[in-house]
Amino acid sequence: MIFKGVIVFFAFLMTVPLIIILVYIIKQGIFQVNWHFLTGVPAPVGEPGGGIANALLGSFLMVLMAAVVAIPVGMAAGIYLSENPKTKLAYYSGLCVDILQGVPSIVVGIVVYFWIVKPLGTFSAISGSIALAIMMLPIVIRSTEQTLKLLPDSLKEAALSLGVPYHRVIMKVIIPCGFAGILSGITLSVARVIGETAPLLFTAFGNPYLSASITKPMESLPHLIFTYATSPYDDWHNLAWGASFILLMFVLLLNIITKLLTRKWKVQL
Amino acid sequence: MENNKRLNLSNAQLKWENGFKRVLIAMSALLVLVIVGVLATLIVESLPSIKSLGIGFLWGKVWDPVSNVYGAYPFLVGTLLTSFIALIISIPFSYAIAIYLGEYNPKGWLSDLLKNTIELIAAVPSIIYGFWGLFVLVPIIRTFELKIHVAPYGIGVFTSSLILTIMIIPYAASLGITLIRMVPSPLKEGAYALGATRWEVIRRVIMPYTRSGLFAGVLLSLGRALGETMAVTMLIGNTSAIASTFKDVIFGPGNTMASVIANEFTEADHTQYLSALIELGLVLFLVTVVINLIGKRIITRFTNN
Repeated sequence: MIFKGVIVFFAFLMTVPLIIILVYIIKQGIFQVNWHFLTGVPAPVGEPGGGIANALLGSFLMVLMAAVVAIPVGMAAGIYLSENPKTKLAYYSGLCVDILQGVPSIVVGIVVYFWIVKPLGTFSAISGSIALAIMMLPIVIRSTEQTLKLLPDSLKEAALSLGVPYHRVIMKVIIPCGFAGILSGITLSVARVIGETAPLLFTAFGNPYLSASITKPMESLPHLIFTYATSPYDDWHNLAWGASFILLMFVLLLNIITKLLTRKWKVQL
Repeated sequence: MENNKRLNLSNAQLKWENGFKRVLIAMSALLVLVIVGVLATLIVESLPSIKSLGIGFLWGKVWDPVSNVYGAYPFLVGTLLTSFIALIISIPFSYAIAIYLGEYNPKGWLSDLLKNTIELIAAVPSIIYGFWGLFVLVPIIRTFELKIHVAPYGIGVFTSSLILTIMIIPYAASLGITLIRMVPSPLKEGAYALGATRWEVIRRVIMPYTRSGLFAGVLLSLGRALGETMAVTMLIGNTSAIASTFKDVIFGPGNTMASVIANEFTEADHTQYLSALIELGLVLFLVTVVINLIGKRIITRFTNN
């Protein structure tokens, strides 16, 4: 009895900090958000108002570009891993997915700095996207692989026996059947990288102005929060609380979508 | 190829077919290439530092870029301290969650709610933990430090460890839940039939059966804690000097490998400085990779049995 009490106590105690954090962010952030906040750029110190449009646009563009790179590559690798689980290449790429999942995000930032920022000679949005794409890959690959492994072999065999070429079997039968599972992996990976700051520190860097140029530095929501949260000005802190609220809402929304998708498909991510 | 001919595929179809297979192979190979590239980049770029400082880099006690002296010891201490304090505090919580949701209450709305909450903890971006910690946790810790008579920095190793604790619990917990549910019920039923109580079943049957798996979960948590950057960078105080007293080491400001890279990488103005930072990144990469692979290996062995 006592033991059960201790277990229940510890298990539920864990939810307390999360609730406190969520309530605090919402309380601090929700009143910052208005039309001007969403469409303006940050104001200089001392001036009232200011918005986070540059960060919203930047986060959106960079995550979009990262997704455009990571989704096809990740799905192809995931299909390969589920179709040929016994080959040597599958062993090594499976190993690499495991490694990639554990790589600290700051290390990804360093490496992409040397791959793209240094040759180009400037911080750029495109390098930030590449860093985020690398962070997205393992989740997309694993969810594709797991989903496809759950599909019955008979499905593929039936299609093949009708004389359908292999690539069409995959594209028209297997992928549509596992679509919800793969999609849940994609939403989860987007939720994961939209809050990533460390890989962007040395790649996209940040930019106080509204910019859509992918070869120039670009602001992102988490980076804006980092810069403004560590500044000494109250106005800027308020801006960062507002941005945290928006970021949190995005992350929650994406996670709820993922939950709904995985409930239908018993995918384990 | 023979099969394809027997199916009477046209040339165009055959081209598609082979092209498709090649793309799949290429993308998997690309993944291997990325990892090899990451490792190669880190090694090549940290070569100047490795050559001039050698292995002594790891226990050099002074980090002073102005006079070109680089030692990783303060950051190794900071990283290990924050991670292990966080790990020790988190273990009771993650085990309790795993046992509660795995054994006591595996189904129903309450268990779903708790499970979703745990997953949500992992989903909140680390920058938000750092921001919240800076404005809410730091003042609390400061009052606490005044009470126990240590310098009231507020920020520091202990504060970072507390935030890390919250952040890493989901990793060990959610794995633990899955593993405890995998304990074969004949084992448990046998123990109950012999008159064991629930507590005895958990201690004598479930714990021994899942021990290695739960340990793997702790390893994954550790890997996560070692590499965590943003929340720690905001809360640890960023001092590269080692405090003299034990109390100050725990409660005073410090630095971890990840936080020193985050803070100083864009400021590093000469090759030696930069490559010393990258060598820290290389060490961090190797350590987390080894820890993660060991954890994964244990889990694979556990689930295959």
